[in-house]
Amino acid sequence: MSETPLTQASAHLRHGANIGQSLTRHEGALKVTGQARYAADHHPAGMLHAVLAVSSIARGRVIALDVAAAKAHPGVVDVMTPAHKPPLAQDPDEKTHPFMFRLDVLQNDRVRYPNQPIAVVIAETLEAATEGAVLLAPRYETEPARTDFPAGAHFTPALVGVADPAEAHHGDVEAGLAGAARRLEAIYETPAQYHNPMEPHGIVAAWEGDTLFIDTPSQGLAMAQARIAGLFGIPPAAVHIRSPYIGGGFGSKGVFSGPQVLGIMAARLVGRPVKLVLRRGQMFGPVGHRAPTRQSFRLGADNAGALTAIGHHTVTASSQHDDFFEPAGGVSHTLYASPAIATTYEAVRLDTGTPLFMRAPGKAAGSIALESAIDEMAHACAMDPLAFRLKNYAEVEPMSGKPFSSKALRACYAQGAERFGWAKRPLAPRQMRDAAGMLVGWGMGTATFPALMFQAQARAVLRADGTGVVETGAQDMGQGAWTALGQIAADSLALDPDRVEFRAGSSDLPDAGIAGGSAHTATAGMAIHGAGADVIARLAELAMGDERSPLHGAGNAGVIARAGRLFRRDDESRSESYVAILARAGIPAIEGHGKSATDPAAQAAYAMHAHGAVFAEVTVDPDLGQLRVTRLVGAFAAGRIINPRMVQSQYYGGMVWGLSFALHEQAVIDPRSGRPMNANLGEYHVPVNADLPSIEAILVEEHDAHVNALGIKGVGEIGITGTAGAIANAVWHATGMRARRFPITLDKLIGPQDN
Amino acid sequence: MNRFDYARPATIAEAVALAAEPGATYLAGGTNLLDLMKGDLVRPARLVDVTHIPGLDAIEPLADGGVRIGALVRNADLAHDADFARRFPAIAEALLAGASAQLRNAATAGGNLLQRTRCAYFYDAASACNKRTPGAGCDARGGETRMQAVLGWSEHCIATHPSDFCVPLVAFDAIVEIEGPKGRRECPLEHFHRLPGDTPERESDLAPGEMITAVRLPGAAAQFAGHARYLKVRDRTSYAFAIVSAAAALRLDGETIVEARLALGSVAAKPWRAHAAEALLAGAQANEANFRRAAEAALAEARPAGANGYKIELARRVVRRAFILAHAGTPARIQALPASPFATGALRHV
Ligand SMILES: Cc1cc2nc3c(=O)[nH]c(=O)nc-3n(C[C@H](O)[C@H](O)[C@H](O)COP(=O)(O)OP(=O)(O)OC[C@H]3O[C@@H](n4cnc5c(N)ncnc54)[C@H](O)[C@@H]3O)c2cc1C
Ligand code: SF4
Repeated sequence: MSETPLTQASAHLRHGANIGQSLTRHEGALKVTGQARYAADHHPAGMLHAVLAVSSIARGRVIALDVAAAKAHPGVVDVMTPAHKPPLAQDPDEKTHPFMFRLDVLQNDRVRYPNQPIAVVIAETLEAATEGAVLLAPRYETEPARTDFPAGAHFTPALVGVADPAEAHHGDVEAGLAGAARRLEAIYETPAQYHNPMEPHGIVAAWEGDTLFIDTPSQGLAMAQARIAGLFGIPPAAVHIRSPYIGGGFGSKGVFSGPQVLGIMAARLVGRPVKLVLRRGQMFGPVGHRAPTRQSFRLGADNAGALTAIGHHTVTASSQHDDFFEPAGGVSHTLYASPAIATTYEAVRLDTGTPLFMRAPGKAAGSIALESAIDEMAHACAMDPLAFRLKNYAEVEPMSGKPFSSKALRACYAQGAERFGWAKRPLAPRQMRDAAGMLVGWGMGTATFPALMFQAQARAVLRADGTGVVETGAQDMGQGAWTALGQIAADSLALDPDRVEFRAGSSDLPDAGIAGGSAHTATAGMAIHGAGADVIARLAELAMGDERSPLHGAGNAGVIARAGRLFRRDDESRSESYVAILARAGIPAIEGHGKSATDPAAQAAYAMHAHGAVFAEVTVDPDLGQLRVTRLVGAFAAGRIINPRMVQSQYYGGMVWGLSFALHEQAVIDPRSGRPMNANLGEYHVPVNADLPSIEAILVEEHDAHVNALGIKGVGEIGITGTAGAIANAVWHATGMRARRFPITLDKLIGPQDN
Repeated sequence: MNRFDYARPATIAEAVALAAEPGATYLAGGTNLLDLMKGDLVRPARLVDVTHIPGLDAIEPLADGGVRIGALVRNADLAHDADFARRFPAIAEALLAGASAQLRNAATAGGNLLQRTRCAYFYDAASACNKRTPGAGCDARGGETRMQAVLGWSEHCIATHPSDFCVPLVAFDAIVEIEGPKGRRECPLEHFHRLPGDTPERESDLAPGEMITAVRLPGAAAQFAGHARYLKVRDRTSYAFAIVSAAAALRLDGETIVEARLALGSVAAKPWRAHAAEALLAGAQANEANFRRAAEAALAEARPAGANGYKIELARRVVRRAFILAHAGTPARIQALPASPFATGALRHV
């Protein structure tokens, strides 16, 4: 089978006019009319409801569950406990690769964190199962909760994030600091945050013999399939996952979670289909979170405002039983030129669920701290924050010395600043007031996110009637994968989108990789692109080899595909439709395959990142401290833009999250019990519409010849970065007060409390 | 969810009879009660749904210029009643500053008075809470105290009453009309909610089985219409409970204050009427120095219940600002972002 090389020039496929168009969402009408069926909307015949009982302690053992009382409740069918559960083929505490996380699926009576599942009640109705879970009235042997962050026993983690080193050095930071004309030392703290997509994790599981059918949201279908197969000792092909619509994931649905496994176990136990959906409060534990950080910066600059050293030390936390360390230092590797950079880590273990990837992992927390520190240093150097950033603009990736595959950050700065009106910003803080006398401040931040690629496969079929089918198990979390990948699919076959059926959202389809790392469009898109190119290549071969075709003998000149026809490249008057080529050959369909993966050669040669610049205006009541972001302008460069409408929405969503990071989001943990005390959407604050009256995202043109043949970088996460720091810096500029503990709430701004 | 009886009486008498059973609870909009039931924090044996009793959803003008607000008038309907909003603008402003549009559409006047505290430990079934289980202890003490009370709390409970609506109501001498097994009575709102003392589980003056039928405002309340404001400081611009709020109103003769009204919200287990501050202002000039003295007086007894000392200074500033706003005059229309410091329209600063 011939496969399209990844770096193949794609010019011959760039004639379909789909890519770059702002098509509306493929599934939009289904969603707004309530016809899109999310996982929990499924009710197979005979389905039972399962409800989790979760631990209210952070650490200890469950010593008693009143199973009899729960079972006696009308409608309760069974209660799954460590003593009564189907066997697993694999130890859920086993870890065979870095993407595998330990699960809590009733393997024993230990409690390792609050809201850990300790039993599952299965009943005829949701109400009966809910009451059954209450009737279990667990009793515990409680050990003191270890909640003290950042104190507690520190250690140096072996790796951070997925597989980044916990220590990285470039140049001599101590020397850079010693020789600096100005030095800044500052500590920034970010809180634990919990992913809260609108759709909580849920699953509808049905076994037919040893074949498993499940509806569940998943950002990584093939990985989930493999994980389930391993746990239950069945072949991956016997696991069929449908996940056409995901009500938000943000990383929490990237790895298959314990509660989802429990749904499958419950179905096994009772021999009937089972639905299990987490309650909102249960989202605060077993499905990941963003760990808290305490980041110490040491910056040095010379008299001209050039950085001489960046020291970035992160203390973060993981659970007691597994390893995920928020890689906050990464931003310091790529953003600002400095002859000396050092990033180091320490970690603490807490009695919490294991932290995981949360939208812009590492980058969000790292960015708000780095951008604050840069702002403070710019002020120390009496320089405009934009001028300071330009002075320290990285022409090559500072840590690695590699050239950037593309970097339109200067254009982002320029276009964003122009649109915002940055030039009128007074250097000193507390200089601007609005008509009502409110303090007004302007701040900025640089946005960055790596351009990643995972592995994926796709299949494309061109049918005799000239229509196409393109398949890959892509995951649409609402970001628009159905639409954008559908556009790439249509273009790959040089057909109108309405002539191509795009299939996604099922584990029965080729592996589309994970919808994470802002890499899904690039990864799945490249596989699709390859599959379509494969079809077109076969079709061209067919035509060119047939003397009855007007394309016969095109030979080295080759053909191009456009709107369902192949044209001779050197003579466009000679062309033939797909339908005619297939009809004459008597072939019902042509199938093509594509694969994508990172290109190690390009990776070795280039640093690949998307960039952006975000400008924020905040208004602060000088007496009451209440504040509001009144304007946000972002300008982002992320390579080729497949669908500007979807991309703009991703930037908006990211920027709103940046606001959330700076001003709102925070899990309030009781220091004694370790329980999150605001585990609901009333009190776990995210911004509401009134918090952000004006937001703009500028798409800055950027061409990248190295990231992949389509030139696509990611857009899903970058919006948080830059924004959070821009807002924090604007708050300082408005008030003259530097809040270094996030989120910035009004109690931190009401200042001296003596008048 | 536990099993419970559900009754839908057609008259007040029937409702009161149904609610006489131990374990029976009135259900109105359900925006608070149903959440508490779902969280297994209250387990009523019977819900007496009063929302189908005719006549309780009227807004009736009274002869003295006051108004009777039926217990079932929805928060949104009351706030959007043009006549009501014109005569009692601070109350409309407070209503519109509460919760979200959806919740205001469902929440009733009676239910708003009787909404429970938002103390996180009260909502956490695994925490010790004297309000839920008398004598169990109070896990809020020594825990997360940022939002807790600074006035009138006791060692047994440091929670606040979070209502916005009740704050201007108490400032304007609202009266609660009650029907119960022993017949009809009324109670000034100021004495309706109780401070925790050593019985934090007793939150109001209602005896078991008693029902709120209406809230009445005396005609005198309307005399403040030209200078009556509600100001609410919160963690986001909308859809958040108050950290501190204040209803401030003035009757002026030129620049002389004839009568002042002041109440604070989210500072105590009840909407907090500040009589001492009012007395200071009566007869005084309407100026910032006097508003500052009034703010000092209003918070004179305040003490932090933990790491919430900032609320005391914040409350002083909120009081000052609320009086400045009231003095400047009630806006002709309710502003966008009601009761927010960001409500559109110029203001002066302390
Ligand atoms: C997310 C959220 C945010 C909120 N934000 C705010 C806010 O910012 N400001 C604010 O003020 N409020 C806020 N609220 C609270 C809201 O205002 C109350 O839940 C609502 O007013 C309660 O009214 P209801 O009719 O729904 O009462 P229900 O929930 O039906 O009842 C509440 C209590 O009152 C009792 N009760 C109801 N009616 C009567 C009656 N006639 N006689 C006797 N007893 C009765 C019930 O038995 C129950 O104990 C918020 C609520 C939520 C859920
Ligand atoms: S402050 Fe009051 S409501 Fe909160 S836990 Fe203590 S007793 Fe319960």
